[in-house]
Amino acid sequence: MSSTASIASTAEGLPIVSQPSDRLKKDVTRHFKERVIESILFLAAFVSVFTTAAIVYILITESWVFFQHVPFSDFLFDTQWTPLFDDAHYGIMVLLSGTLTSSAVALLVAIPLGTIIAIYLSEFAPFVVREVAKPFLELLGGVPTIIYGYFALVFLTPLLQHFLPELPGFNLLSAGIVMGIMIIPYVASLSEDAMRAVPMALREGSYAMGATRLQTALRVVMPAATSGIASAYILGISRAVGETMILAVAAGMQPNLTFNPTEPGATITSFIVQVALGDLPHGSIGYQTIFAAGLTLMLMTLVFNLLGYYMRKRFREVY
Amino acid sequence: MVNPMTATALHEQTPALKAEARNLNFYYGNFHALKGINMPVYDKKVTALIGPSGCGKSTYLRCFNRMHDLYPGNRYEGGIDFHPDRTDLLSPQVDPIEVRMRISMVFQKPNPFPKSIYENVAYGLRVRGERTRSVIDDKVEAALRGAALWNEVKDRLKELGANLSGGQQQRLCIARALATDPELMLFDEPTSALDPIATGSIEELITELKEKVTILIVTHNMQQAARVSDYTAYMYLGEMVEFGVTDQIFIKPQKKATEDYITGRFG
Repeated sequence: MSSTASIASTAEGLPIVSQPSDRLKKDVTRHFKERVIESILFLAAFVSVFTTAAIVYILITESWVFFQHVPFSDFLFDTQWTPLFDDAHYGIMVLLSGTLTSSAVALLVAIPLGTIIAIYLSEFAPFVVREVAKPFLELLGGVPTIIYGYFALVFLTPLLQHFLPELPGFNLLSAGIVMGIMIIPYVASLSEDAMRAVPMALREGSYAMGATRLQTALRVVMPAATSGIASAYILGISRAVGETMILAVAAGMQPNLTFNPTEPGATITSFIVQVALGDLPHGSIGYQTIFAAGLTLMLMTLVFNLLGYYMRKRFREVY
Repeated sequence: MVNPMTATALHEQTPALKAEARNLNFYYGNFHALKGINMPVYDKKVTALIGPSGCGKSTYLRCFNRMHDLYPGNRYEGGIDFHPDRTDLLSPQVDPIEVRMRISMVFQKPNPFPKSIYENVAYGLRVRGERTRSVIDDKVEAALRGAALWNEVKDRLKELGANLSGGQQQRLCIARALATDPELMLFDEPTSALDPIATGSIEELITELKEKVTILIVTHNMQQAARVSDYTAYMYLGEMVEFGVTDQIFIKPQKKATEDYITGRFG
């Protein structure tokens, strides 16, 4: 009672001044420094957004030029891809079939193996094994893809030819398998992170019900980590679809409308390399094709990324 | 091996033993967490473990279903005799999975699995290899009724367990632990994450459950121990200070330390 009264009287006695006292005055230099740092941070963020936007812009405008000459329906439905010949055909399905076939082979290798490795590392491996194995696994992801490409060409293809004597020297199968091996670390490492993030309380709940380690891993931990594992798979798919060097080296670059992995084939990416490194004049329609192909590729990875985003939202961890 | 002395002195009509800790010691690495614990657990009774934080009551509870086996560096000494088998639960020849098949546990924080309500309760049965749909249906319903949850969830069995409220989730976890017909149920501070109303319903449930099953409950809340338990053990710094009939512990404790804790002078 008495304290409120005394505050009121002081407040009454002193007028409010618009000019702040020295101790409360705005610190101009601090304010300036904050603004500078803010601008630097903004620029850093802006560069990456700008680059992406610029890439999309160029792909679209250059593809526009391409589609002035080639009808969209031909691009989608033509069964030949011969932009460098006199009798030019522009059927993207041909390249798409190579991309899909090699990616499918890669994922058939990477997803089962990557998942098994993740389950082992997260649920079974002793602490020491995990701490040693994981960096090695991640190292595997750092091997340049051209080396994987030669590995496919000079090691895996001859090996496979023992079992499949008909297998040509360039084929989508060995490129796909090696691509799968390249993707394993991504799938395994990200899935393992997702599984390890599952709270111990859930595992304890499962063990307390008399579950074994495998039951706990498959029936409780994996469902709880679904969203993380799904994004790991999606990233694996994006890597497979976008992979270039392995296919350029080991799959041959013959455009070939096939879903048979034992045949050679060109993919969207390997075709782009071929043209970009070739001596086609800039501005020619043949050169223009790589932008249309690149746009197709980008749309595909965009779809997968959106799918991954949706999966993350849909199966968000509800621990 | 079994020492009936500890029991007979406490009560005229001593109930049958369900389990008995004999000179139980437990080590987290080098840390001596439980020191020479001797304590009976009586059949179809509720036994409460009370004591200040860090006194080892949860550690003790987790010895019964061998939860400590999950982590490296943990070591048991002494034993826990389990009746009617008269087998030492901590013996290296005993399979912890078999132990957990008969002794279930409810945790401090509700931990429903990322599955439907139905599948949460069916989990223990599926883990045991039960495949017959009608058997699982019956047991799930019985367990949910036993956990006083059936009326609230019978129309939404396919929904995720995590969609339930905190108190319902904990009753779901009790139903899960109940579905496999355990002989002993361990409750590790089951109401510490719940509001008073949900706490009340869980306490009521525990009182009903003891008709069928032996219960060992760790609690921070002394009123809760007084309300739900038949026997109470007071632990301090890894030792069993006093064990007795709950009324006796709360009205006329034998040890000064117990009295100090119960009257709130300490802890």
